[in-house]
Amino acid sequence: MQLTEMRPDFERADGVLAGVEPREWLFRGIVGGAALFVFVVIIAMIYELTRQAWPAIDAFGLGFLTSTTWNPPSEQFGAAPFIIGTLVTSSLALVLGTIIGVGSSLFLVEVAPRCVRLPVSYTVELLAAIPSVVYGLWGVFVLGPWIQHTAGPFIVRWFGWLPWVEGPALGVGVFEAVLILTIMILPTIVAISRDVIGAVPRSQREGILALGATRWEMVRIAVLPYARSGILGAAILGLARAIGETLAVALVIGNSTQVPDSIFSPAYTMASVIANQFREAENDMHVAALIYIGLLLLIITLLVNAGARLLVWRVTKGQITTVIE
Amino acid sequence: MAGDSPLRTPPKVAAPVVRPRARGAAAGAVSTDVRIRAEHVSVSYGDRRAIEDVTIDIHDRAVTAIIGPSGCGKSTLLRAFNRMNDLIPSARSTGRVEMDGVDVLGRNIDIVRLRRRVGMVFQKPNAFPMSIYENIAYGPRQHGQKRRARLDEIVESTLRRAALWDDVDDRLGASAVGLSGGQQQRLCIARALAVEPHVLLMDEPCSALDPIATLKIEDLMRDLARELTIVIVTHNMQQAARVSDYTAFMLAGEERIGRLVEFGLTDVLYTTPSDARTEEYITGRFG
Ligand SMILES: Nc1ncnc2c1ncn2[C@@H]1O[C@H](COP(=O)(O)OP(=O)(O)OP(=O)(O)O)[C@@H](O)[C@H]1O
Ligand SMILES: [Mg+2]
Repeated sequence: MQLTEMRPDFERADGVLAGVEPREWLFRGIVGGAALFVFVVIIAMIYELTRQAWPAIDAFGLGFLTSTTWNPPSEQFGAAPFIIGTLVTSSLALVLGTIIGVGSSLFLVEVAPRCVRLPVSYTVELLAAIPSVVYGLWGVFVLGPWIQHTAGPFIVRWFGWLPWVEGPALGVGVFEAVLILTIMILPTIVAISRDVIGAVPRSQREGILALGATRWEMVRIAVLPYARSGILGAAILGLARAIGETLAVALVIGNSTQVPDSIFSPAYTMASVIANQFREAENDMHVAALIYIGLLLLIITLLVNAGARLLVWRVTKGQITTVIE
Repeated sequence: MAGDSPLRTPPKVAAPVVRPRARGAAAGAVSTDVRIRAEHVSVSYGDRRAIEDVTIDIHDRAVTAIIGPSGCGKSTLLRAFNRMNDLIPSARSTGRVEMDGVDVLGRNIDIVRLRRRVGMVFQKPNAFPMSIYENIAYGPRQHGQKRRARLDEIVESTLRRAALWDDVDDRLGASAVGLSGGQQQRLCIARALAVEPHVLLMDEPCSALDPIATLKIEDLMRDLARELTIVIVTHNMQQAARVSDYTAFMLAGEERIGRLVEFGLTDVLYTTPSDARTEEYITGRFG
């Protein structure tokens, strides 16, 4: 009885088939053009940043990367504190976020009953939609005081013997930035790794369980190796977000141009120093130095992406893709 | 190490029974010891009952074939024997499946140990994405065998038993994923044998294979049946006739609930079925 309704669809499908060739060219033109456009934009950005940063590049050269002096009145600029701040906060957030994210994805897929899985999944995805300034304010008003009065003293008391763990906790600093970044990248990592873990074929799970494996062995042997490349991809997206995050970090990291010597020290990241100082730059050299940092940030982002791609390629090489399910 | 297990039985001397290869051998030569006794087994998925009131004796050191049309609950019954249905949250089983004097459907069963006793081979080969060696060594190692020399022995002997050794002896370190479908299926059999099961459940193990690979696996099943109990689900009635000592015929009626229609020696069931529906099915008139 539904045949009459379906007919027009068939006809339309025929029409699409007939039109395949010109559409194919149109499609190629559009995606090719888009790819070229992205490439041109990146080149133009590098060119323009280099041009505007030139006074600083000319004056400080590559020493800019290692110098720890940041003194706008005397026009002495070095980006090391910011580079260190960015690398330290984002890599720690990456490690924490991946461990927590993969752990909770495993929980959601392997353990949680349906009535828990769905609401938790939705909530986690909702977290991705919260503007970063809200995270920043939450960091300032909730997380910061908690670390200052509760978590910080506790950690210093019991783990003070570790390197880079030294009080007092101020309520702003590297630790706060790391936690905020971890929370911000979690939705990405959870959403993707939940999907790739869920996509591990049932035949693999059953195969290992039929041998008398426990659930944990199943995860270790059958699930994680299968999901590995997808999880790496998720971590990379998280890392990219952590490196570029500006506002939330600027609110909680403490904005100190000194190189941090403890996880509770205030610090700065590349993105947040640009955001904070650009408008109030004291002289032309200050502006050029900030743009130089912007250029470095762009290059670091490109390098991280290239490195990550290489890693995914090496990890997936020669396995998994050809498994017969 | 599993000496105290209720699921454990004393090791048996190999092949006290002469096994007929071809149909028509004297029925008296077939083992009559019962290995698994299923009584009034019913399984439901949610509200829907898949099989009802199945009572069947699986004989030791024999091949039992389960045949029947698609959807009649063959896999469901098979997966009740090693509690694989537990993986499906909506599945509920009732009745008894007695093995070595315990009810494996019971609450206090150590499922890990049960599945070690009752191995399973699936329809699609599911080799793990690791080396051929590791695919086999994984099980024994997990169950406490850490000595490399012993693992080497296990890998070689199980690969030989699964008739795969000659194909792969020069590339044990290569990824199992590079093997052909038939080789992968034999690898899965070797993998199941490596944990020394007493029972081997096979759910349409040849349906993804070509005729030659199928024959190899059938030969293998006959060999294995000298030492262990095999239950095979198959859609291929010739295969069931070739390979099995006992055959169970299942059918889902109008209400789509699977029931056991007839069970008996393969020779008898194929030549003089006692139920008209069995006869219709094996002569190809429905299903
Ligand atoms: N995971 C499941 N959830 C819900 N219903 C299921 C599930 N697995 C099987 N069933 C239902 O149980 C019934 C028996 O299925 P089963 O897979 O045991 O049949 P089968 O005899 O093995 O069929 P086939 O020959 O096609 O493999 C079918 O009606 C099927 O729809
Ligand atoms: Mg089936």
